[in-house]
Amino acid sequence: MDIYEKLTILSDAAKYDVACTSSGVNRSGRPGMTGNATAAGICHSFAADGRCISLLKVLMSNACVYDCKYCVNRVSRDTPRTSFAPRELADLTMAFYRRNYIEGLFLSSGVLRDPDYTMEHMLEAITLLREEYRFNGYIHVKTIPGAGEELVRRMGFVVDRMSVNIELPTESGLALLAPQKSASAIMRPMAQISQGVTQNRSELALYRHAPKFAPAGQSTQMIVGATPESDYQILRLSQGLYRTYQLKRVFFSAYTPIVEDNHLPSVRSAPPLLREHRLYQADWLMRFYGFKAEELVSPDRPNMNLAIDPKCHWAVNHMEEFPVEVLTAPYGVLLRVPGIGVKSAQRIIETRAHTRLTFEGLKKIGVVLKRARYFITCAGRTDEYVIMEPDAVLQGLLSLREIEKRTKIDSRQIQIGELGLPEPKITKIDTDDFRFLTEGYPQAALPAPVPRGASYERRSEFGIYI
Amino acid sequence: MKEEVNLVYIYDGSLEGFLCCVYSSYAYKQMPSRIATTRGQSQLFEDTEWIKTDFSHAGKVYDSIGLKVGPEAQDYVREAFLTCMPDKEMLIFRFIRMAYRHGRKILGCLTDEPMCTINKGILHLKREAHLLMGLIRFHVYDKVMVACITPKNQVLPLIANHFADRYPGEVFMIYDKTHHMALVHNHEGCVLTAMEAFDLPPVDDSEKVYQLLWQRFHETIAIEERRNPGCQMNMMPKRYWKNLTEFQ
Ligand code: SF4
Repeated sequence: MDIYEKLTILSDAAKYDVACTSSGVNRSGRPGMTGNATAAGICHSFAADGRCISLLKVLMSNACVYDCKYCVNRVSRDTPRTSFAPRELADLTMAFYRRNYIEGLFLSSGVLRDPDYTMEHMLEAITLLREEYRFNGYIHVKTIPGAGEELVRRMGFVVDRMSVNIELPTESGLALLAPQKSASAIMRPMAQISQGVTQNRSELALYRHAPKFAPAGQSTQMIVGATPESDYQILRLSQGLYRTYQLKRVFFSAYTPIVEDNHLPSVRSAPPLLREHRLYQADWLMRFYGFKAEELVSPDRPNMNLAIDPKCHWAVNHMEEFPVEVLTAPYGVLLRVPGIGVKSAQRIIETRAHTRLTFEGLKKIGVVLKRARYFITCAGRTDEYVIMEPDAVLQGLLSLREIEKRTKIDSRQIQIGELGLPEPKITKIDTDDFRFLTEGYPQAALPAPVPRGASYERRSEFGIYI
Repeated sequence: MKEEVNLVYIYDGSLEGFLCCVYSSYAYKQMPSRIATTRGQSQLFEDTEWIKTDFSHAGKVYDSIGLKVGPEAQDYVREAFLTCMPDKEMLIFRFIRMAYRHGRKILGCLTDEPMCTINKGILHLKREAHLLMGLIRFHVYDKVMVACITPKNQVLPLIANHFADRYPGEVFMIYDKTHHMALVHNHEGCVLTAMEAFDLPPVDDSEKVYQLLWQRFHETIAIEERRNPGCQMNMMPKRYWKNLTEFQ
């Protein structure tokens, strides 16, 4: 089999892994070596599905002996199998890196014979890259669940980021769909990496030149929508992982049905992209905005509202916390206002120290007044024409245009029944108030007329798409 | 200083040339209505005055900005000059005049005009530079690597260090077709030079192999069920595609 075919098979088999960022470590170039790394990460291209391409994302091998039901590489599936020779992979990585196609390598693998054997194979390729080819770029390796401690340790010293996929948010889910993997086989390396990173940090404090252990930390990935777990279970678990294992990121992957199995959603169902989007928003709120999982979802309301983003949803249900006075509110309180982000909250604090802020000024700073106006006062005054009644607020936030934009993200996702209503706390709202949401729905749901996309709006202030 | 309605300063397009315009304006107590380069078109009924570039004059203006305000303002002027804002010269000129008048206090009013517009321009420049760090594609010709770009802003000075750091042992050139500038790197370091024209020569077979591999990878890695060309184009505007190997 030639390298062309191999690359096709092994990148095709790796594409469902979502973690592609090259972030988390700053390393400048060294004479005699090739490459550097930037903490912010660099995107090198975007695939037709709109996802960023930063790393050469491939499997070492797709000849897997396990039989995870949701996976294209499971042993019971009839598909061509192949593996990279370590040198082949190293050559390819170097060639792509030199041409600036990629930031580095993201290597994962099916279980080739057994976990240890697979890890050794991967370690060989990476050692070759680092030592013989003098590669100084980014490497992210997915640890094989069940691999021995010593191998995990050695791997940690040659890569930037390590991750172990949780795959499914509950143990029962694992038992059902990935019978050969156990929660303990996943958690053990996770704990080991976390300890390794912490221990290494204290070593580095003592000896500046001590070798670095996974300097970009570890991340994990969960499949969403393959099993019936709720957002509450997923977010609670991610929160726990951030706290216990100091994970850098938890990635969510909307389950793309690829196999017909009576334990799984049918192949005709669409991947739950909007739910994935909401989970990322909630994850963002937990990491940068000081929210707790329990504030966003609860046992009796275990799933997020798909029609409105979690921050707005929280705010509308906690109108007693608003309005917030922007001239005096502390940072943490500003952060909770919809329409104010980390950057704009910081700028408010900086600017109000020496200038008198106005609504106009807030806009210039980058506050999205369209949302924030319902939740703030500026020098004791609200913005013009703002009524701070919960239902008026909701109406304002969910203006029809907004909904259209949201449904464009992926209109197939919203089932009328799923639209969900805000918590009963807002007594004045009943289903009728939401009819306009559902009425607009059937047209928007047709695949043809509205182009999908524009889900993560990144329009620069200059009016040019960036 | 009296405004002369139709006076246009013409300079050579360099930062030094522009600073000489500022110098002339103060030395001869003139207020131009426009500052343009030789590449721009002149309009009818305008008085044009050619401003010769004199490094000592430019240096005086540059140093005075540092003395009056500080090095932040010097960086600000240099960055603003690399942007593609329409009429950037007049915006920067207005900024310099205000800086002379207000001194360090100017740093506290960055939300006022013209700074607000300039900030946006600089943000745009920096974003484009960051984007291009990823979107530059080198073509390998034996031992030399060459890339062509067509950016709106003059990004080369902002990305030079990144690439020099990344490929310390390589000989490479990045050619900016829009601004006719080239960044050349070899074992001795980096230089930025003007270059009127350059086109990529055809590549040989071994290079073709890697380009095909990359195109294949780019196709395969997309998940069909999540197709989203709108998002793809938002993140990576179409105007960059013509220089990307994956779309050839
Ligand atoms: S072990 Fe990994 S590659 Fe193998 S079937 Fe399970 S998920 Fe797929």
